[in-house]
Amino acid sequence: MTVDATARYTPLTRHQMAWRAAQDLPEGAYVNLGIGIPTLTSGFVPMTREVIFHSENGVLGMGGPPKPGEEDEELTDAGKNLTTLVTGGCYVHHADAFLMIRGGHLDFSLLGAFEVSEKGDLANWTTEDAEFPPGVGGAMDLAVGAKEIRVLMEHTDKKGQPRIKFKCSYPLTAAGVVKRIYTNYAVIDVTPQGLMVAEMIPGMTLEILQAMTEPKLQLAPGYKDMMPPARAA
Amino acid sequence: MIDKRVESLEAAVAGVKDGATVLVPGFGAVGIADNLLEALHDQGAKELTIVANNSGNGDHGLARLINSGRVRKVICSYPRSGDYSAFLKAYRAKSLELELVPQGTISERMRCAAAGLGGFFSPVSAGTKLAEGKEQREIDGRLHVFEKPLKGDIALVKAAKADRWGNLVYRKSARNFNPVCAMAAELTVVEVETMVELGTLDPEAVVTPGIFVDRIVVAEPLKIRS
Repeated sequence: MTVDATARYTPLTRHQMAWRAAQDLPEGAYVNLGIGIPTLTSGFVPMTREVIFHSENGVLGMGGPPKPGEEDEELTDAGKNLTTLVTGGCYVHHADAFLMIRGGHLDFSLLGAFEVSEKGDLANWTTEDAEFPPGVGGAMDLAVGAKEIRVLMEHTDKKGQPRIKFKCSYPLTAAGVVKRIYTNYAVIDVTPQGLMVAEMIPGMTLEILQAMTEPKLQLAPGYKDMMPPARAA
Repeated sequence: MIDKRVESLEAAVAGVKDGATVLVPGFGAVGIADNLLEALHDQGAKELTIVANNSGNGDHGLARLINSGRVRKVICSYPRSGDYSAFLKAYRAKSLELELVPQGTISERMRCAAAGLGGFFSPVSAGTKLAEGKEQREIDGRLHVFEKPLKGDIALVKAAKADRWGNLVYRKSARNFNPVCAMAAELTVVEVETMVELGTLDPEAVVTPGIFVDRIVVAEPLKIRS
């Protein structure tokens, strides 16, 4: 495939990716945010919407990081960072926190990933590094339980190789679960008809995006150009 | 008169046998009975199986038990958290065994033991490497994996307040695994900051009812930062 070398585009920052995912969270949604880029999403929900964030360690109605002087060492998020509780929030014990995840009580689970396949297979728990013990945490629970699973990840790996693949090369977290992928270049929906590009960043073309993606991409019927806000943070 | 309070940390962990399965609640450094873990170290039981979310940090609590060669097996979801050098060293030396379990499956297996059930089928991990060697079954068109109950010989619980009957309340996200561990052990020992008079805790707001609690000890929280 030939790529137009004169094309000019600026990939989204992690915060801009989180901004884009946040725009899709509707009023009243219950949402779990995975560790990494998804965690940033809570800061970008439009002020007019009430969205309730769930944390696997037993917080329903999680707010943002504490202001100086308001830190409480007994209130942390899934990444073990200090957090806060919003008005109306509550605490639950661990088995109930995961009942909410596994039982389909969450509307969205936003996750980071190493790889996603064209069928929506998700690999985000192990790279099989023999030097270190594996860790799964809540990844497999989060990947099967929520009503809709969405992934936020950089489009390519550090070597520029595609992370959206025909078939995941790392062990699966769950098969056929991902419905939407937010990358630093595009928003892509996983559909029975294949991968549909819903939005691309300014200056990106389908040809360039395709060159960085293994499976075939198609423009979605309602395709739009993405209009990201100026670089945040 | 029922009074589950014991006078010392030593009395709180008395009788733990070699080979015991120890339920260790906590998420990261939050909601861990640090004093009871130190007391268990002093008590001396070895060949322990530890059930926890993480694998201990620094050289205190669970990490100290590992460093002292007292842990045979760790059942956890995410050993790679904070400074887990104690676990890593033992793991690389193959001096302990790791059973990696999805996080929600750990607490549900304990809840299952607490509820007197023989196990459950879960869609979590079905079809993945973590389901290898386990029974899998399609239920209503979806693949599930069979998970067994997980019962402790002892649970080392951290709560904010207790009364002499063992009714417990917790603080914020320090609740985490504590209520489910409290229900799932033969012997449930609780470290609290404060004992309150019977009748002080709002009956509508008691999180762990005293029926699950055997011993209570009052201890100043250890100031540990990981």
